[in-house]
Amino acid sequence: MKRSTRRRLGEGALYGLLGAVVVALAVAADWPEIQENFLNGDVLRSLWPEIVTVAAKNTVVYTVIAFAGGLALALVLALMKLSPVAPYRWLATVYIEFFRGLPALVVILAMGFAIPIAFQWRPPGGSIGAGVLALIIVSAAYIAETLRAGIQAVPVGQVEAARSLGMSGAWTTVSVVLPQALRIVIPPLTNEFVLLIKDTSLLFVLGMAIDEQELTTFSRDALTTNANSSPLLAVAVLYLIITLPLTRLVAYLERRSMVRVR
Amino acid sequence: MSAQAPASRAIDVRDLHKSFGDHEVLKGIDFHVDTAEVVCVIGPSGSGKSTLLRCANMLERPTSGTVLVEGIDMTDPETDLDEVRSRIGMVFQQFNLFPHLTVLRNLTLAQQRAKGRGRAEAEQCARDNLDKVGLADREGAYPAQLSGGQQQRVAIARALSMEPDMMMFDEPTSALDPELVGDVLAVMRQLANEGMTMMVVTHEMGFAREVGDKLVFMDDGVIVEEGDPRAVLSNPQHERTQAFLSKVL
Repeated sequence: MKRSTRRRLGEGALYGLLGAVVVALAVAADWPEIQENFLNGDVLRSLWPEIVTVAAKNTVVYTVIAFAGGLALALVLALMKLSPVAPYRWLATVYIEFFRGLPALVVILAMGFAIPIAFQWRPPGGSIGAGVLALIIVSAAYIAETLRAGIQAVPVGQVEAARSLGMSGAWTTVSVVLPQALRIVIPPLTNEFVLLIKDTSLLFVLGMAIDEQELTTFSRDALTTNANSSPLLAVAVLYLIITLPLTRLVAYLERRSMVRVR
Repeated sequence: MSAQAPASRAIDVRDLHKSFGDHEVLKGIDFHVDTAEVVCVIGPSGSGKSTLLRCANMLERPTSGTVLVEGIDMTDPETDLDEVRSRIGMVFQQFNLFPHLTVLRNLTLAQQRAKGRGRAEAEQCARDNLDKVGLADREGAYPAQLSGGQQQRVAIARALSMEPDMMMFDEPTSALDPELVGDVLAVMRQLANEGMTMMVVTHEMGFAREVGDKLVFMDDGVIVEEGDPRAVLSNPQHERTQAFLSKVL
């Protein structure tokens, strides 16, 4: 048998297998049952419009606040980690390793329950405030490492050029290093943002008022109320509507930064 | 070191040693550049010539020895290095323009941040210097949009915008395509003719011969031979100089 014929036959067999599996699943599946459970029109209609005006909105709001806070804290941590003063480096390293090594859920529980019980102190904003604070603390650890890598990716010649012109170390950092580092870290930072969107779902363990619910809590409530899985599918679609454009954006930015010459 | 340098000494290096780890790159260098003098430093790669230049403005910290710039001890912790550096223009092999800023902003940034100039004054000075290097029409471009030769001329204009007392060049044409070298050398020649004090680490023997007041040959961390460029190039005394020149000329 000719080599090319053999290859064509092999590919044909793979397509045939795939088709057989799809047909078997389609025949075996109980379509009315699936529709009733996952695409129930009455249940889906009852979610509208709160699923967008409350749940999706809250997911975005919590993510944006947690990301902004995390980014600010991370910038301080990254500069500490690169500081010539050793204790600053140690502190930043301990913080970063500590919170990167813990599950976010544990930190959320600590902020929401453990610390209020132990110290009689509640973070502002109720349980949501505590949860968002926990996300800030955790995301800062990850973002700090991203920023540090970005700062170190700026060629040393840039610092030498700025210093040789007589610019101080502080001005060099602010005007030369950080603007270039931020450009480098925009793709990985967008990734952190997507991870954070998904992490807001962990806030459901804290319990929250109806108007504070984010997508996951909202869907779990609707799931129990209706004894039907359709809300979960609806929420999954909404998550994807938010996250997919961002992951596509990351891919685009990474492609572009590869093309651009230094 | 208590002895004061003569006022005419722009750079005065005494018994300079520099080690990276166990590797001694500079093994006791005595070297000086007088005001309005053009000193070219040549030598094989790894001879320490770039390190010598980088020690002169403290981009590298000497292991021992003294570096005086216009009589100011650069190794003294009390010295305001930023202030002295703002009076030493430095041009790098890799240009090191700021890629996120326009050509004009590359030239005004340090004027404003280090010299405290206002924006209008800084831009005026920047435009004068861009005109001088023949790139007045490219002030809105970003470095990546320029050829290597243009980038290096912008880098020279950036250094000149600080109105330095002296200029240091670290192999300024080594990263350039051959056809772009001439424009950069022309700018440097013009600077020399205007009386600028210059220290040039280079492989351009023609430039050293025509423009240099003094030629220094370094090898293996020491100055092997120095003197009038024409004399050293055409009649080298030391055998290491002869061996090097026979390879590059």
